Amino acid sequence: MTDLLTAKLKVDYPGFNLDIDLSLPAKGVTVVFGPSGSGKTTLLRCLSGLERPPAGYLKLADQVWQDDETFIPIEKRKVGMVFQESKLFPHLNIQENLLYGYQRTQPLERNLHLDEVVQVLGLTALLKRYPDKLSGGERQRVAIGRALLTSPKLLLMDEPLASLDMQRKAEIIPFIKNIEDEFKTPIIYVSHSMNEVLQLVDTMVILNSGKVVNWGPVEEVFSDVQLRDAVGDEQLGAILEAGVAEHDEEFGLTRLDFMGQALNVPKQNIPVGQKLRVHIHSKDVSLSTAPPEGTTSVLNILQAKVAKIGTLEPKGYSVDIELDAGRPILATITRKSLSNLNLKPGQPVFAHIKAIKMVHEIDKF
Amino acid sequence: MELPLIDLEPIWLSLQLAGITVGILLLIATPVAWWLAHTRSRIRVVVEAVVALPLVLPPTVLGFYLLILLGPHGWVGGPVQAITGSPLSFSFAGLVFASTLYSLPFVVQPLHSAFESVGKTPLETAQSLGASRLDAFFTVISPLARRGYLTAMVLGFAHTLGEFGVVLMVGGNIPGKTKVISIEIYDRVEVLEYAQAHILSAGLLIFSFLVLLMVYTVNRRLPVQVT
Repeated sequence: MTDLLTAKLKVDYPGFNLDIDLSLPAKGVTVVFGPSGSGKTTLLRCLSGLERPPAGYLKLADQVWQDDETFIPIEKRKVGMVFQESKLFPHLNIQENLLYGYQRTQPLERNLHLDEVVQVLGLTALLKRYPDKLSGGERQRVAIGRALLTSPKLLLMDEPLASLDMQRKAEIIPFIKNIEDEFKTPIIYVSHSMNEVLQLVDTMVILNSGKVVNWGPVEEVFSDVQLRDAVGDEQLGAILEAGVAEHDEEFGLTRLDFMGQALNVPKQNIPVGQKLRVHIHSKDVSLSTAPPEGTTSVLNILQAKVAKIGTLEPKGYSVDIELDAGRPILATITRKSLSNLNLKPGQPVFAHIKAIKMVHEIDKF
Repeated sequence: MELPLIDLEPIWLSLQLAGITVGILLLIATPVAWWLAHTRSRIRVVVEAVVALPLVLPPTVLGFYLLILLGPHGWVGGPVQAITGSPLSFSFAGLVFASTLYSLPFVVQPLHSAFESVGKTPLETAQSLGASRLDAFFTVISPLARRGYLTAMVLGFAHTLGEFGVVLMVGGNIPGKTKVISIEIYDRVEVLEYAQAHILSAGLLIFSFLVLLMVYTVNRRLPVQVT
C-alpha cells in the first residue's frame, strides 16, 4: 500500500498567502508546478519543517509532523532537501559532505550507503575533491547524494536544476530518475519549467497564488483549459503518452502510436514498443472542420472532438479549446476563428499539430 | 650600551588579563553576535548601539561607572564582597570584568559580520541533514566563520593589552595585581626612566603592528567561503 502525504496549511504573510489541503501518494515523483510567487517554495519549507506555519496539519504515512500540539523539527523528520544551489559545505571535501547526514542517521535507519549512492550518482572520481573544484552539475549531484544518505522518507527538491544550463540539466535528470528506480525514495520536486520535469513526473500539483489549481496524474492535470494563468503562455499544452510504432529511415522520422492515430516526430533512438511522453503546446495546434486531403505540409493531424471551450476574455483575441482525441489535447485559436468555424462542444474537428515539442522516454508502465 | 632591567611582572599580568578576557568574550560575544546577525527584533539596533558604546565613550566615563558598580556598595561589587570578603574594585577579577566590557565591541563586531556573511542557509542545510542547532554550529557555522573568529580574538587581545584609562580607574596601580604594561609605562615616564618606557612602548608597538599584520594577511589568504 502506498503511504499518503497529507498537508493542510494556512500561511498568511503580508502580500502572500498559502491555503492548501492535499493528500498525495508518497510514491514516485510529485512535481509542484507554478509561476514564481505561487507558494511552491513556502510549501516545501513547511513540509521540511524549516518554516512553521501558524495553522497546519502535516502527516507522512503514520507519523504526524505537525498538528495543534505537535511540531517535529526538521532534523527529526527524516526529510532530504536539495535546493537550487547545492549548498555543499565548502570546508569539507566531497566524501565528508556526503557523510555529514549519514553520520547523523541512526545506524539502524540507514538504508542507503556511501558505495551505492556514489555509484548511482557517478561520484567516485570526486570524493577527495573540494566543492569549489566541481562544476555546477557535479555539485548538484553531490547535494542529491548527501540528502539521500540520510535515508530520507521523502526527498524534497526545490528547483534543483534551475541554476544549470540545458546540457547540465540533461546530465542530471537521468540520475534523479535512477533514485526513483533504485532507492524508491518518494520525491517532491518544485519547478516552474515543464521541460525539466516531463520525463520525471508521475503526479502533478499545480499551484497558483497560494492555492492548488489542479492535481493528479500529469496527463489529466495538464490539459485543463483554465490553466493558462498558472502555467504561462509558453508552456500551456497537453502532455500525452504514445508508443514508438516504427522508424522511418528514409525521411528520418519516428512514427508514434497515440490512441490508434499516428504522430510523426524527428527520429528517436528508442526501440519500437517503448513509451514516450510528448508535450504539445496549445499554440502549435490549429483546427479545421474539413479533412485536409493532402493539401497541407502539416504531418500530424489528429481527429478529435471539441470537448470544452475556455473562457472568452472580452479583450483577448484568443481562446483555449480542449479537444478529445481519446485523451485531452489543448489548442489555442483566435476568437475570430472560433466564430468563423462556429465550434460547439461535441463537434468533430481535425487538429493540425505544427510542432511536437519535447519527446521524452519513460520506462514506466 | 647596557640594557636597563625590566620588571616582567606587568607584562605577564597583561598577557593573563588579555587571555582571560578574550576567552570570556568569545563565550559572551558568540550568542550576542549570532542573535544580532539573525534577529528581526526591533531592539536589535538598541543592542547594537549598547555594544558599540565602549568605542566612543571616554575610558574615564566607563571607568567611573565601573568603579561604582564594582565597589563595595555597587550592584556587582556589594554581593561579591558579601560572598568573598573583598570588593571587585582594585582587584584582578575586577580588571577582567572591566576589560570584558571595554573590549566587547572588538569581539562582537567581527563575529557579527562573519555570521552575517555565512548566512542562515548552512544552518538550515545542516539541520536538514539531521544536525541539531548546536551540532550545526560547531561543525558548520564556526568553521565557516573562522576568519571572523581570528579577527575577533586578535583584536580583543590587542585591545585589552593596550587599555589604560579604565584599568587605572578600576584597578588602580597595585604591583602584581593590577599593574599592567600600559600603567607601568606611565609610571616609568613619571619618574623619567625613559629607557624602560622605550622598551615597553616599542615592544607594545611592534607587537600590535605584528598581530594586525597577521590578521590582514591571514584574512587575505583564507579562501573566500562561498560556493
